[in-house]
Amino acid sequence: MSKKVVDATIPTIPMMARFQRWFGRNLIRVYMVLAFTYLFIPVAYTFAFSFNDSGKSNLIWKGFTLDNWKNPCGAPEVCTALANSIKIGLLATIFSTILGTMIAFAIGRHKFKGRSTSNLLIFLPMATPEIVLGASLLSLFLVFKINPGFWPTVVAHVMFCISFVVVTVKARIASLDPRLEQAAMDLYANEFQTFRRVTLPLVAPGIAGAALLAFSLSFDDFIITNFNSGTVSTFPKFVYTAAARGIPAQANVIGSGMFFLALAIVIAGQFVNRRKAR
Amino acid sequence: MGKIRTPYLLLLPGFLFLFTFFILPIVNLAQTSTQTPIAGGDTGQYEQTLRFQNYIDAFIENREQFSRSFVYALIATVLALMISYPLAYAIAFKAGKYKNFLLVLVVAPFFTSFLLRTVAWKQILGEEGFVVPTLRTLGIISPSTTLTSTAFAVVMGMTYNFLPFMTLPLYASIDRIDPRTLEASGDLYANAFTTFRKVTLPLSMPGVVAGTLLTFIPAAGDYVNAAILGSPNTKMIGNVIESRYFKIVDYPTAAALSFTLMAAILILVTIYIRKAGTEELV
Amino acid sequence: MSFDASSARGDLILTRITKEYGDFKAVDDLTLTIPKGSFFALLGPSGCGKTTTLRMIAGLEEPTVGSIHLGETDITTTKPYQRPINTVFQNYALFPHLTIFENIAFGLRRRGIKDVDAAVNKVLNLVELPHLAGRKPTQLSGGQQQRIALARAIVNRPALLLLDEPLGALDLKLRRQMQIELKWIQKEVGLTFVHVTHDQEEAMTMADTIAVMNEGQIEQMGSPAELYDNPETAFVANFLGQSNLIKGTISGNDGDSIIADLYGQKISLPKKRSHAVDNSIYAGIRPEKFRISLLNTPVSGNVLSGGHIEDVSYIGVSTQYQVAMPWGQELIVFEQNDDGVAPFNKGDAVNISWEPIFTFALRGDEDVTAGSEVNPEVLDEE
Repeated sequence: MSKKVVDATIPTIPMMARFQRWFGRNLIRVYMVLAFTYLFIPVAYTFAFSFNDSGKSNLIWKGFTLDNWKNPCGAPEVCTALANSIKIGLLATIFSTILGTMIAFAIGRHKFKGRSTSNLLIFLPMATPEIVLGASLLSLFLVFKINPGFWPTVVAHVMFCISFVVVTVKARIASLDPRLEQAAMDLYANEFQTFRRVTLPLVAPGIAGAALLAFSLSFDDFIITNFNSGTVSTFPKFVYTAAARGIPAQANVIGSGMFFLALAIVIAGQFVNRRKAR
Repeated sequence: MGKIRTPYLLLLPGFLFLFTFFILPIVNLAQTSTQTPIAGGDTGQYEQTLRFQNYIDAFIENREQFSRSFVYALIATVLALMISYPLAYAIAFKAGKYKNFLLVLVVAPFFTSFLLRTVAWKQILGEEGFVVPTLRTLGIISPSTTLTSTAFAVVMGMTYNFLPFMTLPLYASIDRIDPRTLEASGDLYANAFTTFRKVTLPLSMPGVVAGTLLTFIPAAGDYVNAAILGSPNTKMIGNVIESRYFKIVDYPTAAALSFTLMAAILILVTIYIRKAGTEELV
Repeated sequence: MSFDASSARGDLILTRITKEYGDFKAVDDLTLTIPKGSFFALLGPSGCGKTTTLRMIAGLEEPTVGSIHLGETDITTTKPYQRPINTVFQNYALFPHLTIFENIAFGLRRRGIKDVDAAVNKVLNLVELPHLAGRKPTQLSGGQQQRIALARAIVNRPALLLLDEPLGALDLKLRRQMQIELKWIQKEVGLTFVHVTHDQEEAMTMADTIAVMNEGQIEQMGSPAELYDNPETAFVANFLGQSNLIKGTISGNDGDSIIADLYGQKISLPKKRSHAVDNSIYAGIRPEKFRISLLNTPVSGNVLSGGHIEDVSYIGVSTQYQVAMPWGQELIVFEQNDDGVAPFNKGDAVNISWEPIFTFALRGDEDVTAGSEVNPEVLDEE
């Protein structure tokens, strides 16, 4: 048991110093609130105007309605565009994830001649402005007399998604402890079994993350799509063309829906990760 | 033997794809850039004449849009850096158990379509939005001043749209700093400002370099913000390339402009990386 | 070589310091004076508040209430960079982007000291690493980093040098070597060192004065020998080395001694080593103070009879016995292997004896497991 000093009075901290600390701590909080407000203003606006009883042009607030949410295909072009975007997104995700993951394993797990050249080839598409990627691919299609449309768009999306998949999966592979694979081999797993039972399950979250990234990049892409899709409409293309004359509120419904869906996926992913970590 | 071949077999399909749809198009674009219209041919018919003058013509004709692209992109990059740095710092060091939650919040706005958000800004800053009337009532802007169709709106839109490309690498880099080195700096007689200048900033340099590149490159080639939030007076080089392709069907000029843009970015980036003193990319 | 210690400004005085994090009191009404020029250790298990105390002295945390004085100056709320106090951080916190030279020069440059080169080279010589000036911290071994962290702090000739578990990351052999070096450097430069550690051996090797901390408070303060020979609480008795604590009652007085009854057997102990508040006590004896003898051997001093050897472990310099006593407790005994006598065997019936002056007494209402990692059942048979 310790002996407390009872006679000395307890010295207190001066008010001024307390205020300075309080201010220092809360300044950063105020800043964060402002920054997040800035980030969320357009999202909140889009969400709010998805409830606008707007008719054709969704520019001015005309009253609250749930009609747009009940009938998101009320503006038919919106749903066609959305369906195309989802189809293109899924196809681009599948192909780019497969090709990108293979490259990531080659670069992340093997030492071979031309490794740094390979890294450069992966880096270049990310460092090239989208407009150059889109324009150059269109020129190639024109040379081979291929008309822009659905499949050229898929090809274009796979092309720019691969690099992002490689970078994401490679980072996951790099964070793996190589001793885990050595331990598997020590415990009588051959190369294939080691890959199947140890490496792949451990890299899987990285691959899943890469696939999600690829889908969102593809879904949200406008510039490259605009060059290579011809008359095929996608959701961003629809918004761009409609922007001049006013976007139907149904587009806001879809944008907001995507927002909440993606948010739910990310939060669920984090939740699963935390559960697994326990 | 099999072990040596494995990496190449893994690379083959992906690289074949990238070769066909990335390298080949770029080579083809280079080839297009020196073509001239076929005499007496239809619109859009060109032949190879190795006319390098195309580059000079294209550049001189569009030098205004070129310089505008780089100035806008530069301002947007600097603004994004200034907004993101305190945010990334706060998430890395001050957020505690809310770290992951706040990171999701940084990315979350980008789950709504990029175009929808840009259009939303147009309407928020437009005549019918709440910002302009408020500022006019407060006397901050004159009754005739508008916010949309201005350089301000374009730069603001670019800053906004590329913000996560800045925040995420900055966060990754700042998060790796051992907070004890910052305490050590304070312990060794450096005040908050000196600690930032001498310790925090140098240690977060890889993030600053990655973030500025990831913001600057797409910003310099962007034309969506200029098209939606700007006016004919704020046209960027991206708008010119787009209209050369689709409206005028002038492929050689568009190709020459694309190449000039790429080369300019490449040169600037190389100088920048040399200056920033790091070879660590992305 | 010698360092000018004139920048030292007297004793460090902590007055009624409390530090709360929400509902949790990391440091609870702590009052402490650390004399100028001493090598002072704050010893305690993790979470006892020792690191929080150190951080408040450094200025990295601010006390909820209480004051900190360095000599006459109140430094309670001054910023870390305004205090003549430097820290050797846990894991060193060397700046990874700066060379060793620039790491050491950092504090000097901030204070605008003129002859940086001379001061840095001098301190690099002191830690015997002048050839590493141009390297980066990651190119150094753990031991070298530790010395550079020390050099970076002492080059500023602070009034007070704080060491936060400075040897925690080193292996045992290097740790021993650095313990001796640190002690030597402290004498050489004549600074006040405040050393935070959870390693009792490290604290005892280096410090003049040790304060044992537990749950935000100081349990006991004194020289290593005082703490070891005369612990005041079960926590100190168990945390500094091992102790056998046997339940008993005070049954009488005999001059300077107290007579106590331990499960029916009478022993005596010095009055000045009793910290009991009533008749109920725990008698404490260090394992190496015990002697074991077979039943027919004559013995002197305090004797507890009726034991059986339960377990024997040979550890080279000594042999460790566990002796089961009639009341169900197992006592631990260390016997030096210096008398050529064959060790006792498992099952032998033995007596245990010791000199009465080696006995200390604790309050009978103490938790005898406090501060020990020993399985509670072994000691507590109540």
